[in-house]
Amino acid sequence: MIVALIAMEDAGFVIGSYVITFAVVGALAWRIVRRGRELAPRIDDADKYWT
Amino acid sequence: MTSPALAPEPTVSRSAGTGTHVTRLLGIATIVMIGWTAAFGLLFSPADRNQGDSVRIMYVHVPTVWTAYLAFTVTALCSASYLFRKKHSLGFDRVAGASAEIGVVFMALTLVTGMLWGRLTWGVYWEWDARLTTTALLFVSYIGYLAVRGLGGTHHQRAKRSAVVGLLIVLEIPLVHWSVKLWRSLHQEASVLDTDGDIDLDGLMLFSLFVGVVAFTLLYVWLVLHRSRTMAMEDLLEDQGLDEALAARRAEAVMS
Amino acid sequence: MRRWRIARLVAGKDLRIERRSRVVVNQVLPFAAVTMLMFAFALDATNVLERVAPGLVWLATLFSLLVLVQRAFAIEADDGALDALRVAGVDPVAIYWGKSMALAAQLAVLELLLVVAAVLLYGADVPAGGLALLAVTLVLATAGLACVGTLYGGLTAGFTGRETLLPLLVLPVVAPVLIGATRAVESALGTDGAALSEGWPWVGLLAVFAVAFGVGGALAFGPLIEEAT
Repeated sequence: MIVALIAMEDAGFVIGSYVITFAVVGALAWRIVRRGRELAPRIDDADKYWT
Repeated sequence: MTSPALAPEPTVSRSAGTGTHVTRLLGIATIVMIGWTAAFGLLFSPADRNQGDSVRIMYVHVPTVWTAYLAFTVTALCSASYLFRKKHSLGFDRVAGASAEIGVVFMALTLVTGMLWGRLTWGVYWEWDARLTTTALLFVSYIGYLAVRGLGGTHHQRAKRSAVVGLLIVLEIPLVHWSVKLWRSLHQEASVLDTDGDIDLDGLMLFSLFVGVVAFTLLYVWLVLHRSRTMAMEDLLEDQGLDEALAARRAEAVMS
Repeated sequence: MRRWRIARLVAGKDLRIERRSRVVVNQVLPFAAVTMLMFAFALDATNVLERVAPGLVWLATLFSLLVLVQRAFAIEADDGALDALRVAGVDPVAIYWGKSMALAAQLAVLELLLVVAAVLLYGADVPAGGLALLAVTLVLATAGLACVGTLYGGLTAGFTGRETLLPLLVLPVVAPVLIGATRAVESALGTDGAALSEGWPWVGLLAVFAVAFGVGGALAFGPLIEEAT
């Protein structure tokens, strides 16, 4: 199946689109979660409206 | 004799971050759906009759467009909710801001995937047609919105300014769209490309598209939840920092 | 109407300040002229210049608008004049219309000079039949630009680090005016064979834009200039 994927026309652009999209989304998610983990210890649970 | 400064109360924090049961479930569902999106987009769905395999970019491109517009709609609604209700709730402001940040990222992805798709199908990375031009201007406008959010001041000042700017963007975009559409329709050059494409969407293709839209919607909700919670913490810390600074200044005044 | 009277007073004040300081006349108009020269250097061939003259006139107008807006609010920044007006309870809508009118007056003079420059430097040519269209375009485009400029000028005025935001906010918003005014002037001048009749739909667009931002700006200006929590 991977062979079929790479063999398709314009594989570079097509796969590239998927890779870019998921990589950027993943990076965004990573940044947000990491920032959340940095800040959480500094704030009382009582002030966190989601707990 | 100096009086001891009041020791700050210890922070009681057992939750490690912005996650809750809901977001964990949502996160898992999102990852699964994203996986299906890739599977359907790259493998299960057929190649298009006219465009061949390049149509597969559509299965990420369309969901990113959808998400970007969803995000900006939420920003506009939250801006209005902040501004026009008696109780100006900062919660709305934070969701507006979080949603705009995420919308800008998805809009950037839309433009990039669109350019790659365009290169394959039309031969050019960009066309100054009505839709693309308006999209580009919308993108720049929201970058401006984010810049206004960064201007500083109190949380309510930020909220008020960005809510107004957010609503002005809603006013501006139809005007921009109309003017660009009128502009492009008046001068139909012979070489104008039909950017609406000629894709025959059969059942499986439509389904794959649907999978992608659902996946990205879940993703958007997950991202907004986490980002607005983080923003709430940032605001709280800013307030705390201010309170601590004020308390320290007062303590200095007492001791001197 | 009281609001209208205050608006006229504010506009008069701004124009009087300009008459005494001559900053627009001495600095902004020459800047606009220099911009027209720079365009000529960049674009080189004469017949290209003639074809794109309307677009260049409006581009130069937009860049000058940014400078004019910053000037309009710089005069308020000294001594906190805008805050003083607001705290004194002066109706912000009146302030908005007043400053917009003063800005529009300065813009109109600038645009006329740019059109003359285009005729002289770029070989543009104004047929008698196009004068009405040209005049209406200038009036409506100026109104729209002045409203947008005053609005975002109010938002970005004040603290350093804010004025630099003005171009980023204003230019996307005035894109319709750039498109509409350029196309209308092309029709008025007959550039590239554009017919006179093609210009009037654009005038409609400019009118809608001016009204939309005249009203929207008036509503938004008050909340935007409030510095107090």
